[in-house]
Parts: sequence; C-alpha cells; structure tokens
Amino acid sequence: MPSPLSLELAAALCIGLSGAPGGLWRRSGAAGQGIATALNVVGSVVGFAGLALHARAGEVESLRLGQLPIGEVAFGLDGLSALFLVPILLVSALGSLYGGSYWREQEHPASGRRLRLAWGIMTAAMMGVVLARDAILFLLAWELMALAAFFLICTEEERPEVRQAAWVYLVATHAGTLCLVGFFALLGQATGSPALWPSLSAGGRGALHTAVFALGIAGFGLKAGLMPLHVWLPGAHANAPSHVSALLSGVLLKTGVYGLVRVCALLPEPPVWWGGTLIGIGVFSGVLGIALSVAQQDLKRLLAYSSIENIGIIAIGVGLATMGRSLGRADFVVLGLGAALLHVLNHSLFKPLLFLSAGSVLHASGTRRIASLGGLARTMPRTFALFALGAVAICGLPPLNGFVSELLLYVGLLRAAGIDAARGTAWASAAAPALAMIGALAVAAFVKVLGIAFSGTPRSDAAAHAHDPGAGMLAPMALLALACVVLGLAPVVALPLLHAAVAAWEPVLGNAAPSLAELAPLRQISVAGLVLLVLVALVAASIRRHSAAPAHGVTWDCGYALPTSRMQYADSSFSEMLVGLFDWAVRSRRSTPDLIGPFPPPSRFGSEVPDAVLDHVVQPLLRVADRRLSPVRALQRGPVQMYLLYVFLIVVVLLMVAM
Amino acid sequence: MTSVVHFTLLLALPPLLLGVINKTKAWFGGRRGPPLLQAYYDLARLFRKDMVLSRTTTWVFRAGPVVTFCAVLLAGSLLPFGSFDAPVGFTGDLVLFAYLLALGRFFTAAAALDTGSAFEGMGAAREVSFACLAEAALFMGLVVLVRFSGALSLTPMLHAPALAAPHGLPAAALFLVAVALFVVLLAENARVPVDDPNTHLELTMIHEVMVLDHSGPLFGLVLYGAAVKLFLLSALLLHLVLPFALGDPLLDGLLFVGGMGAVAVAIGVVESVMARLRLHYVPSLLIAAGVLCAFGFVLTLA
Repeated sequence: MPSPLSLELAAALCIGLSGAPGGLWRRSGAAGQGIATALNVVGSVVGFAGLALHARAGEVESLRLGQLPIGEVAFGLDGLSALFLVPILLVSALGSLYGGSYWREQEHPASGRRLRLAWGIMTAAMMGVVLARDAILFLLAWELMALAAFFLICTEEERPEVRQAAWVYLVATHAGTLCLVGFFALLGQATGSPALWPSLSAGGRGALHTAVFALGIAGFGLKAGLMPLHVWLPGAHANAPSHVSALLSGVLLKTGVYGLVRVCALLPEPPVWWGGTLIGIGVFSGVLGIALSVAQQDLKRLLAYSSIENIGIIAIGVGLATMGRSLGRADFVVLGLGAALLHVLNHSLFKPLLFLSAGSVLHASGTRRIASLGGLARTMPRTFALFALGAVAICGLPPLNGFVSELLLYVGLLRAAGIDAARGTAWASAAAPALAMIGALAVAAFVKVLGIAFSGTPRSDAAAHAHDPGAGMLAPMALLALACVVLGLAPVVALPLLHAAVAAWEPVLGNAAPSLAELAPLRQISVAGLVLLVLVALVAASIRRHSAAPAHGVTWDCGYALPTSRMQYADSSFSEMLVGLFDWAVRSRRSTPDLIGPFPPPSRFGSEVPDAVLDHVVQPLLRVADRRLSPVRALQRGPVQMYLLYVFLIVVVLLMVAM
Repeated sequence: MTSVVHFTLLLALPPLLLGVINKTKAWFGGRRGPPLLQAYYDLARLFRKDMVLSRTTTWVFRAGPVVTFCAVLLAGSLLPFGSFDAPVGFTGDLVLFAYLLALGRFFTAAAALDTGSAFEGMGAAREVSFACLAEAALFMGLVVLVRFSGALSLTPMLHAPALAAPHGLPAAALFLVAVALFVVLLAENARVPVDDPNTHLELTMIHEVMVLDHSGPLFGLVLYGAAVKLFLLSALLLHLVLPFALGDPLLDGLLFVGGMGAVAVAIGVVESVMARLRLHYVPSLLIAAGVLCAFGFVLTLA
C-alpha cells in the first residue's frame, strides 16, 4: 500500500510532465493534446486517491528525499495541505478537459503546446507549494509556479494588452517573492532551521515577529490578490484564455491564502492585532473589490474583481480564527477557519464555473464586452443556466454553497458580538454589516451580468448568432455546478476535510475542538434548502396548471410597440448609482458630449473604469522611481561578464563581513 | 398548534396591512378610499386571470415571482410574531432570514431585466443599489440586538428580557435601532419616501416598475410576496416597539394584530405627510439609518 504522500508526489510528477509528450507530436495533430489531458486527469485521480487514503488514515506524514545545496527536499502532508490539494487537483483536471475543446490544437497551433506544458508545470508546482516542508524548496516551487503562470497568461502574446498584463503580473509576483525571501530569512533566523512550518516560541522578540507577520502578509497577500496588492490580478485574469483564468482565480490565488493561513499559525498566541489587521484588510478588500466589480464593463474583469472580494471574505475568516487563537476561544477558531477554508473550496468551484461559462460566451460571440452581448439566455440556454447557478452561488444566497461558508462566518462574527466576549473582540462583529454589504453588492454585480449580458435581446450580430458549446466544454462546467449544489444542500460532506485542517492549524485544540456541526446549523440549512426547492417546485407547478396557454406579446415599454435592442438598459447605466457611491475608490472616467447650439452634431458618451490603485498609486510611484533611479542603470550594461563580476564582488564582500 | 396559527397569520394577514395603509392615506386625503379588503379582492382576481408573456422573456421571468414568494414565505417561518415563538429556530437563523429576502431580490431584479425593457432595468438598478445600504443597516441593527440578548437565533433574540424593559444607554441604543429599522422597512418595501407605490410615472418607480410585465397569477404572486415581506419587516420592528407579553395567548394575539395595525397606520401617516425623496437623496437616508445603528453599537460598547 503506497503512502498518501507518495501518491500525491506521483500525481504531481504525472501532471507536471503531462505537457511534455505533446512536444514530440506534430503541431497540428490532436494527439499531444489528448495525451496531456489524459495524463492530467490520471494524475488528479491518483491525487484524489491519495487524499482519500490520507483522510482514512488521518495522520500527518512527512518524507525526506534528499539534500539541496542549502536546505533539503522535505515534503509533508497534513490536514491543511490536503484541503488545498482538493481545488488544485479538481480545477486542473476539469480545466484541461475544457481546454481540449476551448483551445483546440488545430485552432491554436502556435500556443497550444506551450500552454499545456506550462499548465502541467504550474499545477505540479502548486502541489509542491502546499506539500513543501523546507523554506528553499518552498521558494523554488513558488517561483516555478509564478513563472509557469506568466507563460500561461501571455498565451496570446501577439496582443499588446496581453503582453502588458503579463508584464504587470511578472513585476508584481517578483515583488511578492522578494517579500517572501525576507520572510523566510527572518523566520529561519527566529527558529534556526529552514524547516517549514515551524512554531515560533511565544517568548521571542516582538519586533521580529511583527516583521515576519508584515512580510508574510505582503508576500502572500500579493499572490492572493488582497486590496491594495491586487494590481496584477484583473488584467491577468481578463487577458488569459478562460480556462487559464479559471485556474488562476480558482487555485493560484488560494496558494496565497494557504501562505496567509500558515503565517497566522506561526505563533501559539499571536497578538490580538494580527487577527484584527486581517479582518480589516479583508473588509477593505471585500467591499472595494466587489464595488469595482460592479463597475466593470468587461465580463472577465468583473469576475476577476469579484475574486478580490472573495479573497477578502476568506481573510475575514482567517482573521477571526487568529483572534480566537490569541484569546483562547476555540469557537472563533473553528468557525473562522472553517468558514475561510470552506469558502476556499466554494470559490474554487463557482469561480471556475463562471470563468468557464464566460469562456463559452467569448468562444461563441468573440467579445467580453457586456454592452455588446444580450439575449444569450435564448441562444445559449445551457451556458446561461450554468452561469445563473454560479451567480446565485457566488452571491452567497441559499440554497447553494456560497451561503454555507458565509453563514459560518456570520455566526462566528456574531458570537464575537455576544455579551460574554471581551471588549476588544466586540469590534470584530462590525465586520458582519460589511459582509452584508459585500453580499448585496455581489447581487448587484451578478444581476447586472445576468440581466445585461444574458437576458433581453442581442445587442450585436455576434450575440445573436451565439450557440451553446459542445459537451467537451459543458461537461466540466456541469460537474462544477453539481458540486456547488451538493455542498449547498449537504455541507456536512465537507466536514471531515475541514476538521482535519482546523486540527492541523491549531493542534492545541486536539480532540477538545468543538465540531462545526455543533456550532453552526448545518443540518437545518440542508433542510431549509430542500424545503425551499420543494416549495418552489410546488408553486411553479400550480401556476403552470392554472395558466395553461399564456398569450405572447412584446415587452411593455410604456406603450411603445417597437422596442429595439439599443433601447435596453446598458451595463454602465445599471451600475451608475453604485459607481457614484463608491467613486472615491472606483475613479471612473467618463467622456460626456458637449451639446452646443440648438442642433448639436452627432456625439458620443463613453465611460471606463481603470484600476484606481494601478493608475493612481503604483504607476506614478514607478515613474518617480524610474526618474530618480536612472543613474543606477549605468550599472546595467548587458554583458554577462559584468554581472559575473558583480556576483563575485558581492560574494567577496559577504565573506569579509562574515569573517 | 402554535405553528398552525403562525402560518395562518403569515398567509392571511399581509394583504390586510395594505388595506390599513390605504385607508389611513385616504383618511388623510379626505377620501373614503378602497375597501379594507381590497388587496384580497385584487389577489383573488389576479389568480383567476390568464397571463401575457413578453416574447423576449425566458424561464427567469417566470421564476422571479415564484422564487421570491417562496423565499419570503420560508423567511416568515423563522420570525416570531409578537410573544409567540417562531415554528422554526436555530443558531444563525437571522442570517438565513436576511439572505432569503436577498434571494428574492436577486430573482425579482433578474426577472425585471429579462424583459429587456429600459424602464424595468432602471427599477432593477435602483433596487439592487439601495439594497447595499439597507442590508448593511439591517445587519448593524441585528448586531446591536445580538449584543443585548446574547442570542444568535431570532426567537430568543427578540424575546430576550433585555429588550423588554430597557433603560439608560440600552434604551437609547434600541431606540436608534428601531428608527433605523423603520427606515429600512420603508426602503425594502418600496414605500414613501423611497418609492411611491401609487405613482404613475414609470421613470421614477422602483419596485412597481420591475414588475410591469408580470400579469395574471404571476403578478398575484408578486403582490402577495411583497405584502408578506412588508408584514415580516413590520413584525420585526414591532418587537422593538412593543416588547411586552401579557401572558394570556388570546390577549397577546390581539396585541400583536393591533400592533401590526399601528405600524401600518404609521406607514400610512408617513406616506400622507411626506413626498417621495429625489432618488439621489435616498442613499443619504439609508446611510443615515446605518449610522444610527452604528451609534447604537457604540453605545453598547460603553
């Protein structure tokens, strides 16, 4: 019987090399693609088998395979790693299945092979990130993942906006890696060993711990896309092929969350402000992320900003759990971390579902502009139904899975408001109204997409002639949708995974940890969801029986009998009021026509919503840095000999310092 | 037995509330007004009618009223009426209560946009925009109530002794929350000063314009669902205004029905003495409600 960890490593190897055999085939043939998909799926199945074994054995495993020049090749599998492996394995396999139809080798001979190679490597590297138990190994996997993601994002490198988005991503991810190098260096200094993930002793120096926490938040927050470190995220998600967007949003961001969760577990009793800071960042990310999402006019950018919101919700949960750790409150730990991790799972189901649906729309109509779509509910009924399901789920509405994780978080936050809570934590409950606002804004954003892009009449020929994709693309979407329904109606199925992860995060609790089923009404939620579905079915049936043959007419446009598709409400009008409310953060740009004289000439109205942080903070800063630091550029001449000289000089200086 | 009474009240009383509001408004205007039971006659008539569907619409249009009605009804099973316990109650049911109302809003707005009409688009945009502020105010108020009662379920929370006889700072905080909840009630149910249910200009409406295209039984469900929602939020507010129990089930029942009538009269008075606000001022009103609740929260920290 192989050990679960060795199965995971075999799966990583299999998936990591899945793109390689295709390199031997002709570019135009479908064989390479088929092999890659098959290896990916086989790897995932092996990985899931390993997870099942791990769940049954229920023990923490570690494995040392050899020595690196510094550090060693050490892997480990505990409840937390296992939980994060689920989205990696699932979304990677389903995405590669979807890619078989979406990014056909015959249609994209130039980029297909590279995409599949990078896809496998990135998946394997992400598995490496969550399995690594050595700082150097972790950083290697992290860099490999970041670079593979870069190549995935610039799949369509011939388009300038793709190149720019990939470039912004590359800069951002390296800024994050820089923080992480510092983080691991300080961590190693505090513990004296490169082994991950250590526990720091409580009696250590406060300043060092603060620095470790700050660097960890910055480094992992950049990858997770926490506001205001999200600048790379919208462009990268929008400009990558849609199944790549699904992998980025569904899984890559979660590696950042994984890091955050581990950082918060470093100290046995972290200061209360750690948790408070995370809750604050989470609220900020959540509210502004979804406010920016409402304002977007590009379908995939809208989904990308909503990822920032969801990461914010997850951060609130992690913050609450960290606070529970500081105060010794097991209920905050279980509810906060349970909510955060369940939301990690949930978001990795509905967000890929939405991105894959958006990909089908893009595939069928050739545009991501919401204002050019419309009427897709009739031309693409299956895609529409799946997207609508994903939209209800991501808004956190009952009876789907998004509601369950948000409910856990609400219960945790409201418990913090309870009269027995210490005064410091009562403030945390103020995150509950913020969460309610996030939920309502999400409803606004997704009603907008459903209503403008899918409902009504087509606003362009492309939208009018769109059609549902084939089974190759619909099947992965349907599987994700099914998982959303199952987790919504029977959330108890996720409990063993969540409990194992909580136990790994806070080992002190041990068997004394209260179960999520005791703290939150999971069974009642299932019943309520079923009752709702039955009630809807009954009422719908009785309405249908009473009105056998409805008459059909035109939409009542206040008596106007010849409405055209151009008279429909537009997406920017729909979001105008909310954009106005949040304009201090959204900073939309609009060009209004000057109407001069009694007979003004033809004129146009336009509005766009660039990323406020990128345009107003990051780019001005970089421009100043560019100007001020230009003398340094003299050092950067190009010849390799010069760089070797620099390396040599630095080594000499370091040696002198060391002596 | 109590749950039978609960569901009977939930299904039978809401249209009466509309009748009381309209009678109050008619009395203020010096008119005789429609009969008290007019809403029941309207519903009976609508459920017998055939319906007309726009050719643009899909299943979402038909699902809108059905899902909204069912969600509101399910929410009604979680809320205690007066001093009677709710038939269903569990930890965190207040979140389910609010989110079921949000589910209704999602489907109402999606059904409105399904018609492709610009007017209904405007209504949907306003509904979802104002809801962002109203939801935040509602939850801020709920946090205050949770802090007072220490309970995470609607029935123990609203029946907590701390609510029955508050004095000093708690009384002030509860007063602020009650005012805010009244504003939320007016906004969520599209009443003056946020929306005018009697206006005949589609351009300025919120809720009524979203359901322009619904007809026959579907429109009946829309009206019925809206009445139930008004009933629920009024019953929630009533717990803060009339937190007493007389001890006798019959008297308590009468107190509840009388209290609901009083809330309806209050809504009618507001509608009679105020004009609808300009749409741009509605967010300020809702933010004010949220700030009141936040003040209430700060008072609880003292």
